[in-house]
Amino acid sequence: MTSSHRAALGENQMLKLYADMLLIRRVEERLGRLFADGEVPGFIHLSIGQEAVPVGVMSALTADDTIASTHRGHGHAIAKGMPLDGFFAELLGCEQGLCRGRGGSMHVADLSIGMLGANGIVGAGLSIALGSALAHQRLRRNAIAVAFFGDGALGEGLLHECLNLASLWRLPLLFVCENNGWSEFSPSAGQITFRLADLVPAYGIPYVASDGNDVVAVSTKAADIVAHVRREGPAVLECFTTRMRGHYEGDAQKYRDPAELEALAARDPIRIAKEYLRRLDVGEERLQDLLTDIDCRIEAAVAAARAGSAPDFETAKADTYTPVDLH
Amino acid sequence: MPELRYIRAINQALADALEADPSVILLGEDVSAAGGAFGATRGLRDRFGAERVIDTPISEAALAGAAVGAALSGLKPVLEIMFMDFTTLVMDALVNQAAKARFMFGGQRSVPLVVRTPHGGGLSAGPQHSQCLEAWFAHVPGLKVVCPADPASAYGLLRAAIADPDPVIVVENKALYATKAEVPEVLEPVPIGHAAVIRPGRDLTLVSYGGAVHTCMAAAGILANEGIEAEVVDLRSLQPWDEATVMNSLSRTHRLIVVHEAVEAFGIGAEIAARMADIGFDELDAPILRVGAPFMPVPFSKALERKYLPSADAVVQAARKVLA
Repeated sequence: MTSSHRAALGENQMLKLYADMLLIRRVEERLGRLFADGEVPGFIHLSIGQEAVPVGVMSALTADDTIASTHRGHGHAIAKGMPLDGFFAELLGCEQGLCRGRGGSMHVADLSIGMLGANGIVGAGLSIALGSALAHQRLRRNAIAVAFFGDGALGEGLLHECLNLASLWRLPLLFVCENNGWSEFSPSAGQITFRLADLVPAYGIPYVASDGNDVVAVSTKAADIVAHVRREGPAVLECFTTRMRGHYEGDAQKYRDPAELEALAARDPIRIAKEYLRRLDVGEERLQDLLTDIDCRIEAAVAAARAGSAPDFETAKADTYTPVDLH
Repeated sequence: MPELRYIRAINQALADALEADPSVILLGEDVSAAGGAFGATRGLRDRFGAERVIDTPISEAALAGAAVGAALSGLKPVLEIMFMDFTTLVMDALVNQAAKARFMFGGQRSVPLVVRTPHGGGLSAGPQHSQCLEAWFAHVPGLKVVCPADPASAYGLLRAAIADPDPVIVVENKALYATKAEVPEVLEPVPIGHAAVIRPGRDLTLVSYGGAVHTCMAAAGILANEGIEAEVVDLRSLQPWDEATVMNSLSRTHRLIVVHEAVEAFGIGAEIAARMADIGFDELDAPILRVGAPFMPVPFSKALERKYLPSADAVVQAARKVLA
């Protein structure tokens, strides 16, 4: 399989995938430090170890396609093209943030690029993406919607309703399960009795599994399945991936076996992507330049966010709903 | 003036909205081929097609979430939830998603969706098909809530709700569906947030909405026979509600009773009473009273339900108390 992937992806494509993943990784590592230093309020859920999924899936999407994300949504946001300035300013709670400091990490959204929001409610993005797909279909757009969800959401009844509705209406909707094996602080294996691979055929829609840490595998499979969704209707892509950090940043993960955490290094999606580049004879120097460039962009965004202003309370309050003319 | 049934006014509002705006779609269980459980959408599939008047499976949670996603992606969905009791199943989509999106995304976009749902008892529909739960929604920042009492405002508030950029819950009292009233030749939208004084009076103010407005009118008739003139204010909108019109009436009558079919405890009446006690304290000649349903589930048996529903007599008794 990997040989055909290598044949399918040229150096430029591979470098783009690698750069997009590295950007997410470096952004989240930077966020982790900012969080530890007390600069990021609230709590954040990092997707370190899962970068190949958003980057692989988004490589198959167009600007008109829409996505609904999860509480672990930084990767989806950045891979869809969210500007770093607005992203960091939002996470730091500034007026200059994409959501003017009202959403933060768990609700960051950029509707202008079809990113319909991270979401604080497990599984909620499923039905939002379903509705977005319905709009694409009824308004005769050539766009599709993508619902990202984790294996924790396999316990939510909403998944069944959405799979049934998507199949019934032949909606241009791709379900992407990021299966990292964890439902917050508990292994999903102790909570979920079925495999998605066994469930999906009951709805009469295609199911495809992928190594979620191999960006070449994800992007190749995503290209095929997205083409199917655009042409014929809904499908499910399950990506088996790894959560290399805690449920939230600061989670001591006492519930996790240290040996499991250690073994994750071998499956690091950045490392796997780098392997592909090495095989394409991309030199270390180019990778170093890439890293330097990414870090510069991140530092510029962090500096801009730090210089941002606090949101105004009355302005925020007035946005609860569109003001009603009472007289 | 022509007469129109409440349910036909809703049907006409939906038809006119579908006609006026191609982004409007109707969604719900049995709304298309069957024309709606109460007939609100009858004939609309034939006129506008199954692509826009969409029958759905019994999947309230996903449909409400889908309405949010569709509204964020260019449609104006109008979702029918067959009984207000079933809105328990759509709470995440309405409370955490629809209500929050505009604020939470920094005003990037509003969520122009409408949920139509019937509440109210009187049909022996029992504890799970009769509840008045509008206070739950009025309590959630980001949602607008309206509750029309007559055909003209049923038409007008629904048109305003569909045209509104934000999520609006349109609560219809199912006991009113078959009622008729005169309406203007040309029906117009009724602005959200505006109450109407539907009966002027100098002695006390009865504030109400939905089906209970008719209870208040009946009570006002009884009181008039005793020489007591009650002013009746139909709130029409619950969130936001028309504080100024209520205050204006109170400052003339100096006595206030809030009447609704919903359970009295922790309800719309409590909010209005508290607010008027605050800003209208100097105008009050008597304590503000509430007349609502007792704190119990809506019972099935006619014998029980008759006693459960707030009656004109209960309003008359409350009026005598504030005038004593």
